[in-house]
Order: sequence, then structure tokens, then C-alpha cells
Amino acid sequence: MAVTNSDPTLASLRWQCRRGMLELDLFLQRFLLHGYADLNQQQKRDFIEILAFPDQELLEILLGQVSATEQHINEIAEKIRQCAAL
Amino acid sequence: MSLIRRRFDALIIGAGGGGLRASLQLSRAEANVAVVSKVFPTRSHTVAAQGGVNAALANVLPDNWHWHMFDTVKGSDYLGDQDAIEYMCRVAPKLVYELEHYGVPFSRLDNGKIYQRAFGGQSQNFGEKQAARTCAAADRTGHAMLHALYQQNIRAKTHFFDEYFATDLIKNEEGAVLGAIVVSIQTGEAMLIEARTTLLATGGAGQIYRTNSNALINTGDGLGMVLRAGIPLQDMEFIQFHPTGIAGIGMLITEGCRGEGGYLVNGDGERFMERYAPNAKDLASRDVVSRSIYLEVKEGRGCGPNKDYVLLKLDHLGADTIMKRLPGIRQSCLTFLGIDPIETPIPVYPTAHYCMGGIPTNRKGEVVMPVKDTPEEPVPGLYAAGECACVSVHGGNRLGGNSLLDIIVFGRAAANEMIEHMKENRYRLPMNEASVEKAMDRLHRWDRKGEGETVDGLKEDLKKAMEDYCGVYRTQELLDKGVEEIGKIRDRLPNVYINDFSRTFNTARIEALELENLVEVAMCTVVSAAARQESRGAHSRVDFPKREDQQWMKHSLYFSEGDRMDYKPVRTKPLTVDSFPPKERVY
Ligand SMILES: Cc1cc2nc3c(=O)[nH]c(=O)nc-3n(C[C@H](O)[C@H](O)[C@H](O)COP(=O)(O)OP(=O)(O)OC[C@H]3O[C@@H](n4cnc5c(N)ncnc54)[C@H](O)[C@@H]3O)c2cc1C
Repeated sequence: MAVTNSDPTLASLRWQCRRGMLELDLFLQRFLLHGYADLNQQQKRDFIEILAFPDQELLEILLGQVSATEQHINEIAEKIRQCAAL
Repeated sequence: MSLIRRRFDALIIGAGGGGLRASLQLSRAEANVAVVSKVFPTRSHTVAAQGGVNAALANVLPDNWHWHMFDTVKGSDYLGDQDAIEYMCRVAPKLVYELEHYGVPFSRLDNGKIYQRAFGGQSQNFGEKQAARTCAAADRTGHAMLHALYQQNIRAKTHFFDEYFATDLIKNEEGAVLGAIVVSIQTGEAMLIEARTTLLATGGAGQIYRTNSNALINTGDGLGMVLRAGIPLQDMEFIQFHPTGIAGIGMLITEGCRGEGGYLVNGDGERFMERYAPNAKDLASRDVVSRSIYLEVKEGRGCGPNKDYVLLKLDHLGADTIMKRLPGIRQSCLTFLGIDPIETPIPVYPTAHYCMGGIPTNRKGEVVMPVKDTPEEPVPGLYAAGECACVSVHGGNRLGGNSLLDIIVFGRAAANEMIEHMKENRYRLPMNEASVEKAMDRLHRWDRKGEGETVDGLKEDLKKAMEDYCGVYRTQELLDKGVEEIGKIRDRLPNVYINDFSRTFNTARIEALELENLVEVAMCTVVSAAARQESRGAHSRVDFPKREDQQWMKHSLYFSEGDRMDYKPVRTKPLTVDSFPPKERVY
């Protein structure tokens, strides 16, 4: 019997979290481990949305240097940030 | 598993700055180009380069390419090939202006010219006063370059295979490269890309070390592919440790901090770089600063409860300068460490940062290897550029800002050579099915079910062993032990299993394939380091503290078969100017 990924979305997300900078890898890997499972469906969609940002912009948002125009992006960014110092 | 087959003129493996500069050149020459990247192109590691790119534009202080060349040769500790270095420094201004035209928004001076900052190892007039040679687009130079090159490629109709992982090169009996096997990460399907010319631009391998500044994707895949194809790797003992990584995390604190006036202090509050490099002080080249930090800690003058790091002081620069010039650094410290560098110095320690060594190429980007009595015979159809290549412009030690330059200069040069090759060789060579089969067998190895070790477990052991036995400071005893330990880890690979056999986004399988490359590259690094009994550039031996030009001013070549070492001479003859003879390197 073929073993499959328990959550196919999570499998694809794991690769979307592989980025060009160590800082982003740290932010996103830590969040996948410690934060993602607690998200509701809408927040999971927000997470997918924030992953589509280009690396440098994503870094600036996650570091709180700039705010996104959409409030839900800032909210998910805050959640990711909270997991960073773990 | 059925195998999809596609044909292109040129296959570029890697979509960082090196790969994209090459593909652009080829696409504009109307070649049919495929670019394969394991992550979306603009997520390549080039995006992380914040400092900038060197070119002697002389916009801030007097400068010229010959001084840049001198600094690069000296910085390389005389292991750099002077023909390639001359070529790079001469063409640098032209290629930086070209980047500007592609849309890179370089920071400007009041007079409208490109702003240039001072970086370590840069001098005016062959070793005199500090020069300012690094062109930057704020602190996002790599990002700006990558996005501009990507957009230009889209316009030039380059064909992208995003999120495809290249596993092995395909060769014929005569050693010519015919393309590569790649796997779609999304569907798990394998594909053979046949190409008349193949360029490796897969970037660095910082992930062989536990503490490193690199993204997780930097696993040296192209290096592993080359070793498996029977081609050697050059100068792999030369790993640049960036002196100021955040202690314990590895994340980089840019040299720009010291460029802006930051400096290092030890546990006694002493500005110790004044002792090691009286002139350049904290802006001495990276190997000198890294070793100095190591020595301070080793001799008990470290900071913190375990005295295992030193401090980078920025607090005297004032809040304004820090917020204006180094906002990213401040925020990283606040987020990951909970400290504000405006008030509190940053704990730092050397972190593995850059591989000077790599796939041996000549200055045209052709991969070369010894064949019979010829030390540098081109491998037909194979090219390499960027951090995975060793051309060699960095020799024993790379200067800050010279890598972004290297990738665009030699990405372009390799593409030009590929275009030439295709003009001269109009016909496609027949496919070698035996080589395809061998590559597919290797891939299927990860379909095997069983109980044994995990990928993560072996990877952790490997990275720890590299840090313990092949770090900033090296002795024969440590390195020999390293060869033994990494050898044991390599022997454990056949007993590693994954337990995810799904098709789509099977990252476990990709990480297993990456692990194989990490192990090969680590072995190559430690064997090369154990063999070189001298100190040069980043390769610092406690037991052989001097540079020995008589015996060791030569490039090392490691072949994976039998872990064999070979050597070839350094190209000391530049293209048009006099050669720079080796001198003691003082800053
Ligand atoms: C934190 C940091 C800051 C830096 N700052 C500077 C700086 O200011 N100035 C400077 O000159 N240099 C700097 N460097 C060095 C410089 O960024 C890199 O050496 C350079 O960007 C490497 O570019 P590249 O094109 O060779 O490879 P990369 O940009 O690393 O790209 C590699 C590409 O290969 C692809 N790839 C890899 N393996 C596979 C595979 N198996 N299958 C398919 N695709 C694959 C990846 O997806 C990626 O597209 C910095 C490095 C770091 C770590």
C-alpha cells in the first residue's frame, strides 16, 4: 500500500516555505512546526496568500518594517512573527 | 515509471543570478533555452545578497579596474587565476551599467551617479587607502538583480521549469554531456531534458555546516551531480566563514555594519581587531576577521556566560544611522534575539557563508578537467557559472561584493561560449540510454521501503561533524578524524529510508536527494582540507600556519572515486597586464 502525505496542502506548503534566505526559512519552518496547525481555515488561506509575496517584501513584512495594505496579511504576519523567537 | 523527454538547445540548471544572466544571453541569441529551478526563480539564494556588487566606477572615490584586480588577487591569497580576475574586473563597470538598464534601481548620489559603499579588502592605488567600490540597491541588491533578470527573461521568452529538481547529468561514452534528469516536485514525474549545451548554476553548499548563513536550499546539488559524473571539484577546502553571523543561529550581520562604523569587542571590552589588523581593523578581509574572533574566544576572551562569542557594537552610531542605513539588521535582532542594536551590541561568531571552490571552469565557463597530459581539457557540452563554479576568481578567499559580480560576468561569458559551441556543433549527439538508466536507478533507490536511519538524523550528524572537524580552525589531527567520521556517515547512507512515497510534493524524497549531495560535498571538502598542509585564505591550519607558495600555490582537484586528490597550477599570467607576484597579505 502506498503511503501518502497526511495533508497534501501541507506537503505543498512545506516546499513553498523553502525560500532564498535563511531568515525566511527560520520564520516559516518555525511557523509550520509551531503555529500552522492552530490556524482556522480562513487563516490557512491567509498563510497561503502571504507565501506568494516576493522574498524581500515578505521579509520586510515579517520583520515589521513595512505593513501590508491588507489587514489580514498583517495579522497572519504577526502570528508568524510570534513563533520566530521560539 | 515512464520518462517524459524534452529537447532544448541549452539547459540551465539553476535560476539564481548566474543562471538567469546566462539564460538571458542565450534567449536573446534566439537559442531555445530551458531553465530548471528547484524553487521559484525569484526565491533563489541570490535574493539574500544585501551588500552589493563590485565595479570600479569611481563614483565616490578614485578607482580603476586594475586596483580592483590587485585587491582580488591579494584577497584570493594568490590562488585566484589572474586571467579570469582581469577579465572580471575589466568588464565589471559595463555589466553593472547593463544591470541598471535591465531595471536594477541602484542607490544614487546627489549628482545622480550610482552610490558606492566601502567594503573590506578594497583599496586605492594597489593597497593604499580604503576604496568605495560596492554598488548597492539599498539593502536589497540581490533581490533587485534577480527580479530584473527574471523579468528580462520572461520578455525574452526563456522557458522555465519551476520547482523541478535536477538529479543527474547524462553523459555519453566519450564523456560529452547530453542533458540531465529532472523531477517535477509537484507531480513526482521524472523528465529527461536533452540539450546540446548544459550549464550548472546551482549555487553554494553552505548547508554542509551546522552554523551557516545560507538558505536551506543551498545543498550543493550541482557539485554532487558533477562528482557522480566523474568530474573533479576544485579548491573545495576553501570555505569562507563570515565573521559576523548571529551566534548560535548563523544568520548574517552584513559587513555593511562595519562599513558604517560598527566594530567588534571581546569580553574585556577591547576593540581587538586593532591588534590583528592595525590598518584595516574591522574592515580587514573576512578570513582575517573570522580567525581573530576564533582566537579571542579560544583564548578565553569571549563574551556571554559560555564566553563563546564576541560582540558587534553599533550603539555608538546613533539611532538615526542604524534606522536609516541598517534597518533590516536591527529588525532581525529585535525579532530573533529580542535585542535592539541601538542600545545593545550583537553577539556574533563566524558562520559558514560561501564556497570559493566548485566545478572547475576556464574563464569562458567551460567545465575543464585533466585528461592524460592536459590539465584543463573542456568537458564537451558542460558549463558552470556562479557560486557552484570555480573559475577561479576568488581563490582562497572571496571579497565581499565580488560574488554578485562573478555570477553576472561568468553567467554571461558561459552563455557566449555555449552560443559559439552550438554554432560549431550543429547536430545533436545521440542519447546514451545506459546513462539515463543509471540515473533513473539512483532515483528509484528512494522508493525502497525499509527500517533504518532518517534523512534528518544523518544530516544533523553530518553538519555537526563538519563543524567540529573542518571549521575555521584546522589541524591534521582534526581533519584526519573528520575524513574518518564523514566516511562513516557516507557508509550509513544506504541504510537511510524515507516513509513517504506519495507523488505530489514529496519533499521527503527531495530532501533525501539533497542529503546525498551534501554527503558527497562534505567528503570532498574535508579530504581536500586534510591534504592541503599550509594556511592560505580561508583555509587556516594551526599546524601549518604559513602560506607555502613553493609547494602549495596550486589548485586542488578532488575525484570522488577513491577520494583521490590531484593538483593543477594557478594561472598567474593575466591577459594584458603584468602578473601580481605573491606577497605577504597584510591589511
Ligand atoms: C546572506 C548572504 C548575503 C550575501 N551577500 C552578498 C553581497 O552582498 N554581495 C555579493 O557579491 N555576494 C553576496 N553573497 C553571495 C551571493 O549571494 C551568492 O554567491 C550568489 O548569489 C550565488 O548566485 P548563484 O546564481 O550562483 O546561485 P543561487 O542564487 O544560489 O541560485 C541557485 C539556483 O540553483 C537552483 N538549484 C539548486 N539545486 C538545484 C537542483 N538540484 N535542481 C534544480 N535547481 C537547483 C536553485 O533553485 C536556484 O535557482 C551573499 C550570500 C549570503 C548567504
